[in-house]
Amino acid sequence: MENKVEAIATMSDLRTHAAEIAEQFSEHVDVETSEVEERLETLVDEYRVPVDEARRSVENSYLEEAGLERDEIGQGGNDEVRVADIDEDEQWIDVTAKVVDLWEPRSESIAQVGLLGDESGRTKFVAFETSDLPELEEGAVYRLGNVVTDEYQGDFSVKLNRTTTIEQLDEDIEVGDDAVTVEGALVDIQSGSGLIKRCPEEGCTRVLQNGRCSEHGDVEGEFDLRIKGVLDDGETVHEVILGREVTEDLTGITLEEAQQMAKDALDTTVVVEEMREDLLGTYYRVSGPELGRYVLADEVERLTEPADPEAVLIKARSI
Amino acid sequence: MSSNEIPSREVARRVFADEFNDAAFTFKESDDDRAPVYLLLPTGAKANRVFFVGTLTEKDDVGEDSEYWRGRIVDPTGTFFVYAGQYQPEAAGTLRDLEPPAYVAVVGKPRTYETDDGSVNVSVRPESIQVVDAATRDRWVVETAERTLDRIGAFDDEGNEYARMAREEYDLPIDRYKRSAVSALESLEESDGDELGLGGAGADGSPESTEDLQPEP
Repeated sequence: MENKVEAIATMSDLRTHAAEIAEQFSEHVDVETSEVEERLETLVDEYRVPVDEARRSVENSYLEEAGLERDEIGQGGNDEVRVADIDEDEQWIDVTAKVVDLWEPRSESIAQVGLLGDESGRTKFVAFETSDLPELEEGAVYRLGNVVTDEYQGDFSVKLNRTTTIEQLDEDIEVGDDAVTVEGALVDIQSGSGLIKRCPEEGCTRVLQNGRCSEHGDVEGEFDLRIKGVLDDGETVHEVILGREVTEDLTGITLEEAQQMAKDALDTTVVVEEMREDLLGTYYRVSGPELGRYVLADEVERLTEPADPEAVLIKARSI
Repeated sequence: MSSNEIPSREVARRVFADEFNDAAFTFKESDDDRAPVYLLLPTGAKANRVFFVGTLTEKDDVGEDSEYWRGRIVDPTGTFFVYAGQYQPEAAGTLRDLEPPAYVAVVGKPRTYETDDGSVNVSVRPESIQVVDAATRDRWVVETAERTLDRIGAFDDEGNEYARMAREEYDLPIDRYKRSAVSALESLEESDGDELGLGGAGADGSPESTEDLQPEP
């Protein structure tokens, strides 16, 4: 009785294995589940080969048939992963993402390199010449089956490969921007804040120092408003950059008003002085994407709600 | 995450006045002349910069040849002393213009000096002093209590080198800082939205002594 149950279990196990193998190879060679199952049965039942080893052996024979390397086939039934959730090296996954940026490949072996984005964020991707894949277009959305994750110094990316399936979708994705949220007291507003002038040269936008652009020399600058600040929570320091709109909202000083203030005082620094007085020493929550060591503020909220001493008192009693 | 390779800005520690004033030992972590000087906090942390919020209760120009402003800034546990002169023009200007009492937020560097009798006084050389509201002050008290308790909680952790250093240099029972953190928190619950009645204190001219704002018994 027991043996019979075991035999049935083995049989249905073999069918499952066979189906998985057939699925793995379906893109490359013409395989039927029944044929795979037969091969597995022969090894397992007749030659007493353990199932794992039998599976391996059958896979190898199909790999040979298709002229593929083992790492070129997926493990079958990949998970669809959001790009911001990629946190492990060498995982076979499927992603649905928009090509948000294409860069100039730096090596001849690379066909395409750029950024893929979905609602969760962005990740780098690479396609190699040897994989011979159709070209991805910037701005288009694709379902990419069977890509493999890669890690370099803590940054994750995905590699397309010969087995990757590419299906262009007729839809758009709102790409998330990996926003972070930081909190703390604003302990400094750095130089280069307040009413500033930027280089007007096409695509430059560098901030002028004494009317000079480090790239284009003396130029007639264009006024802008921004704050480069330091948020400090007593444990860590975050540098934040507030662009014109966020700065205007937070300070209530518009660019026009700032220019008028500077004109009246014959001095642009009156603007940053007023901002320092208004903002320094109070607490803020800032969210936005991280760029290098800066957080680019999309939103700034002044923390005015009364702090809750009760929670900390409970903590004190636990020590 | 460990600290970055690039020299990064020193964090502004949160510490109550009583603990800050108990600190006396300073050190550097490299032989470089420009290496930052740290004040060792008794609860086991290094501080090259501090941020605190309190009530400015007095200010005096104690300079001889040029302006040199001293401010007394009081938190629920004690008094911070700040000194600002010609090299801190903004902070000195703020102290000159301010009418105590007022809630102020201070970012600054700890400074120590040895008195004639050999004891060490600790003060703050401000980078900035700004007037803030009562909610900001209350928030700082809660935050500083939490940071202080975090340090106390980690004091006996293996590998806490600043705690080891504090044991060697101070040999102070750190329990006292837990008690003062707790009473600072309790003082918030008692006042509960009442902004210490500071709105009227300056106006009626009643001499408000510093001791009134000292820690609860």
